[in-house]
Amino acid sequence: MSLMLSTGPSPIKIDTINWKNIRDDFPLLKQRVYGKPLAYLDNAATSQKPNAVIERIERYYRFDNANVHRGVYALSEHATEAFEGVRDKVQQFLHAAHREEIIFVRGTTEAINLVAQSYVRPQLQPGDEVLISDMEHHSNIVPWQMICEQTGAQLKVIPINDRAEILLDQYQTLLNKNTRIVALTHVSNALGTINPVQQMITLAHTQGIPVLLDGAQAAPHLAVNVQTLDCDFYAFSGHKIYGPTGIGVLYGKRSALENMEPYQGGGEMISRVRYEKTEYNVLPYKFEAGTPNIAGTIGLGAALDYINNIGLDNIALHEQQLLEYATQALESIKGLHIIGTAKQKASIISFVLDSAHAHDISSILDREGVAIRAGHHCAMPVMERFNVPATARASLAFYNNQEDIDQLYRGITEVKAIFG
Amino acid sequence: MNTELRELYQEVIIDHGRHPRNFTKMSNYNHRLEGYNPLCGDRILLYLRVENQTVVDASFEGEGCAISVASASLMTEQVKGKSIKEALQLFQAFHELITQQAPSTNTQNCLGKLCVFGGVREFPSRVKCATLAWHILNTELNNTELRNSDQNQIVSTE
Repeated sequence: MSLMLSTGPSPIKIDTINWKNIRDDFPLLKQRVYGKPLAYLDNAATSQKPNAVIERIERYYRFDNANVHRGVYALSEHATEAFEGVRDKVQQFLHAAHREEIIFVRGTTEAINLVAQSYVRPQLQPGDEVLISDMEHHSNIVPWQMICEQTGAQLKVIPINDRAEILLDQYQTLLNKNTRIVALTHVSNALGTINPVQQMITLAHTQGIPVLLDGAQAAPHLAVNVQTLDCDFYAFSGHKIYGPTGIGVLYGKRSALENMEPYQGGGEMISRVRYEKTEYNVLPYKFEAGTPNIAGTIGLGAALDYINNIGLDNIALHEQQLLEYATQALESIKGLHIIGTAKQKASIISFVLDSAHAHDISSILDREGVAIRAGHHCAMPVMERFNVPATARASLAFYNNQEDIDQLYRGITEVKAIFG
Repeated sequence: MNTELRELYQEVIIDHGRHPRNFTKMSNYNHRLEGYNPLCGDRILLYLRVENQTVVDASFEGEGCAISVASASLMTEQVKGKSIKEALQLFQAFHELITQQAPSTNTQNCLGKLCVFGGVREFPSRVKCATLAWHILNTELNNTELRNSDQNQIVSTE
C-alpha cells in the first residue's frame, strides 16, 4: 500500500496524495501491450485490482479457507469473522442503518433480478407500471421486462435530452398511482451522466413509490449514503470497485427485505427444514442460499479498505480533473463527437468519429497500447436514442493519468491518419 | 504505423469501407436475409437474385465497421455470376483465409482479390466483422440447396 493509513472515516487531504504511488499499487498497469505502455481506459467494464486485494484473497486461500457459518472449529470461525466483517465494512461504506440490510450477491445484475423477482413481481397486476430511464444498462431493463411479461404489467421509460440528462418534468408526469417501482441508474455506463437521484427519489416517495438505484458505475466513483438518499434498494458490483468478480451487494431497507420471499432456496437461507414446511433464516441470510463467494467477499472488503484510505471524495475530485483533461483533448479532435454531455458527469466519455467506426478505432488503439470499449455497452436503447450503431468509450479511474489520455489522443490521431 | 494494422487496413479495405459497392436495396431480389452481430451492433441485410443455380446479382444494406462493410462489399462483387456451389466454396476459402495461420495456395488462388482480408487473422476479435456477410451468404445458399433437393419447393425466401 502506498498509503500507510488506517481505515478510518476521515480520509487524507487530496494535495497530500501521491497519485503516482497509487498507480504503482496496481501491478497489472505496469505491463506493456504490443511493446507500448498499457493505458487501461475501460474501467467502466471492470477495474484493475490493487495488490492489497490480490494479496488478501491469496492470504484467505493460504491460511483461512473454510466454509462460513458452519464449522465448529477455529478455521471456520476465522473465515466467518472475516466474511461477516466485510458486511460491516459495506454497511459503513453505504452508510446503511443496519448490517442485515447488506445482502451479498454475484453482482449488480443478480441484485436487480432479486428485487424484481422477490419484491416487485409478487405485487404486479395487469395495468401496473415499472418505471426505468432511457439510459439504463440491459441489466436494469431486461429483469423488469421479464416480470412485466409474466404479469401483464407495463414497462415505462423516462426520456432523456440530447445531452443525456433525465427530463425531470416528464419523469413527474410518468409517476402515477400504478407505478410499482422506479429503477434507475445512478451513473450511466454508456454516457457518464450522474442522475439527480436524490430529487428523483423524493418525487417518487411523495407518491409512495419505492426506488432501486443501479450503483454499478456510481459506487466506485462517488460517495454513497443510502440513508440520506433514502433509496429503497441500492446495488453495486465488486469488480468495478477494484475488488474481485463474482461478488456484489444488494442494499435493501430492512422493512422491504423482511417482507420479501427468498430468491433462491438452499442451505444457509433456512432455519429449520421439514418436509411439511421450511422456516426461513433471518436477514440477511434469507437471501444468501448456498456457500457464498467467501474469497470474493473478503477481497471486496480489502478493496473498500483501499479506497476508503484514499477517500471517495478525493477519488471523485481527481477523476473530475482527469475527465476535464480528457474531454478537452478529445473535443479538440476534428470529426470527433462526444455522446453524453450532461452537466453532471462521471469519468466516462463515449464518442464517435465521422471517419471511423468504434471497432476500427478500438483495434487501432489496442495496437497503441490503449484499451477502450467499443460497441453498444450493453445499452442498445441508448445507442438507438442517439442514433449511433456503436460508440467508443474511454472510462477513467483514479489510477489513470494524463499520459494515458495523451496516449489515447495519439491513438485517435493514428485512426485519423488511416481513415482520414 | 504498426505493420499488422497496415495489413488489416489495406487501401482496398478502406476504399470499400468508405465507398461500398452494391450498397443498395435490390428491387428484384428473390433472397433476403439479415445478419446481426449482437456483440458490436454490426448489421447487414443481404439481397440475392439466384437464377438457375447461379447468383446473378447481389447487394446489401446495413451498418458496421470498415472491415464488415468492406467485406460485404467485396463479397457481393465476387459472388456475382458464381454458381451456388462456387459461392459456397468461396465461403469456405474465405473462412480458411481468416481463421487459419497458413491458408493453402489453392485457397489464395481461389480468393484472388479477397486475399486482402488475410490481415484479419492477426485480430481475432475482428474475425466476426469480416465474416458476418459471408455467414449470411452461406446460410442463405445452404437453405437454397436444401430447398432444391425438395422438388416441390420454390426457391425463394419471399
